[in-house]
Amino acid sequence: MSGQLIQFAYLASAVLLIVGMQNLASPKTAPRGNLIAALGMAVAVAATLLVQGVVSYGTILAGVVLGSAVGVVLATRIQMTAMPQMVALLNGFGGGASALVASAELLSYVRAAEEPVGIVPLAIVLGVLIGGITFTGSLVAFAKLQELVSGAAVVYPGQQFVNGLLGAATLGLGAMVVMDPLVLGPYFGVVALSLLLGVLLVIPIGGADMPVVISLLNSYSGLAACATGFVLGNAGLVISGSLVGASGIILTKIMCDAMNRSLGNVLFGAFGAVDTSVSAATGGVEQRTAKGYTPEDAAVIFSNARSCIIVPGYGMAVAQAQHAVRELADLLESKGIRVKFAIHPVAGRMPGHMNVLLAEADVPYENLVEMDVINSEFPETDVALVIGANDVVNPDARTEKGSPIYGMPILDVDRAQHVFVIKRSMNPGFAGVQNPLFFNDNTMMIFGDAKGVVMKLIEAVRDLS
Amino acid sequence: MLDNPSAALTIFVLSIFVGFEVISKVPPLLHTPLMSGSNAISGITIVGAILSAGHEQQTLSTLLGFIAIVFATINVVGGFLVTDRMLGMFKKKPGRS
Repeated sequence: MSGQLIQFAYLASAVLLIVGMQNLASPKTAPRGNLIAALGMAVAVAATLLVQGVVSYGTILAGVVLGSAVGVVLATRIQMTAMPQMVALLNGFGGGASALVASAELLSYVRAAEEPVGIVPLAIVLGVLIGGITFTGSLVAFAKLQELVSGAAVVYPGQQFVNGLLGAATLGLGAMVVMDPLVLGPYFGVVALSLLLGVLLVIPIGGADMPVVISLLNSYSGLAACATGFVLGNAGLVISGSLVGASGIILTKIMCDAMNRSLGNVLFGAFGAVDTSVSAATGGVEQRTAKGYTPEDAAVIFSNARSCIIVPGYGMAVAQAQHAVRELADLLESKGIRVKFAIHPVAGRMPGHMNVLLAEADVPYENLVEMDVINSEFPETDVALVIGANDVVNPDARTEKGSPIYGMPILDVDRAQHVFVIKRSMNPGFAGVQNPLFFNDNTMMIFGDAKGVVMKLIEAVRDLS
Repeated sequence: MLDNPSAALTIFVLSIFVGFEVISKVPPLLHTPLMSGSNAISGITIVGAILSAGHEQQTLSTLLGFIAIVFATINVVGGFLVTDRMLGMFKKKPGRS
């Protein structure tokens, strides 16, 4: 196949990838869109196999078979609640692959003693740097989400100074590679420091800020692929990489907006670290005690209710409670209660986490309502049922100027007639602030594991009829 | 292939705009599949990996290229498959309102 034809194949591949992404705009067309995108990828791979100079088919086949086997096992075994760590892991592999490709290209230039020209040396450095950060950063995010290490923010004195210093050193070494690419010393420095930076940049970020980090790493993996596109002068890579880069940036912005925080604050604010001064400042609230109720008490209220909005949070995912929640929703609907689900953009550990879990439990997606749409409905709602969510329903975000979460858009559950909160304990949420919702007169706290409480709730509602 | 760096830059900038246009139309409902799907697309770097590993001579570059192929394939295959699995759950359920 001639070079011209291969270029056309890359163009076709890029068009297929874009059309595939377009089809993700609706749940009806999305499965088709994913297939179209996969086809686009297949076209790109097939075209590459026909490039002149690509001859070691044995090596390539071995790599593809090995990678496919791992990919298939991961994709079919993973539980829906573990999707955030799955995406983090895949991100890491993508970033790692790009860093390796950039390195391999540099090494072949060195071997041929041929100076790379134009934008290529810079692209090599960026590919190694972004790819390396993505690789280790994603692995740390994976370890945190999988709870192999503590999910809390890891902070130490001088952290930002150290990171800034390392960042500057990396850029300095990168500049040396760009100026004299055939001397390998600085290149190894860039590799080592970017891998280290990936770790150091993600450890200070706490659990509930993970949606931002995962979105950002997603963007990085695209930009790393893009950089390799510049290295190889391959338009297909540049187009696809920048699509992913753009996607990750949009999601990052949506997540930051949903917390009313800047990206800088999320990345460097170490929000998840336990801040004792904050708890002390709101000490007045803490002295009040929240009253615990039983599922039977809640069932009595349900027997007179006409409408219910369920607000799921990370607690539902941890307890794997989505199927029990669906069962409860079905039961309530069979009693003539209208049930909807209110989804906060940052509920869970990645964008759209709750939607996937509820879809897995066969909740029709029409019943999953976005925050902006559903907030006006709370005042006319009899029961708001909060399952394992905390900061996203904290009314302090509306009123308390001093609160760390002030200004964050929340679900206005406190405006419903009755509020049930299912929670494991009175521990403050991720932001480390107490939630006055728990002490309101119309709030009933039901303590326990989300799944256990929901199952008892189902029994209690059944027994009453 | 792309001999002219300014052509590559042009493509890069325009693709970013296309990306913003296309992705902002994806509803929050599908943000997780969007992430895993775009994740799979970032595995396009497999193209680069094949180019690096495909050379005839066995060098360090081909070894790095081989590892890159494995990584990128995990990314591509795992990403598209898990996205497909998820999207299957968003199908309209027959017999339910």
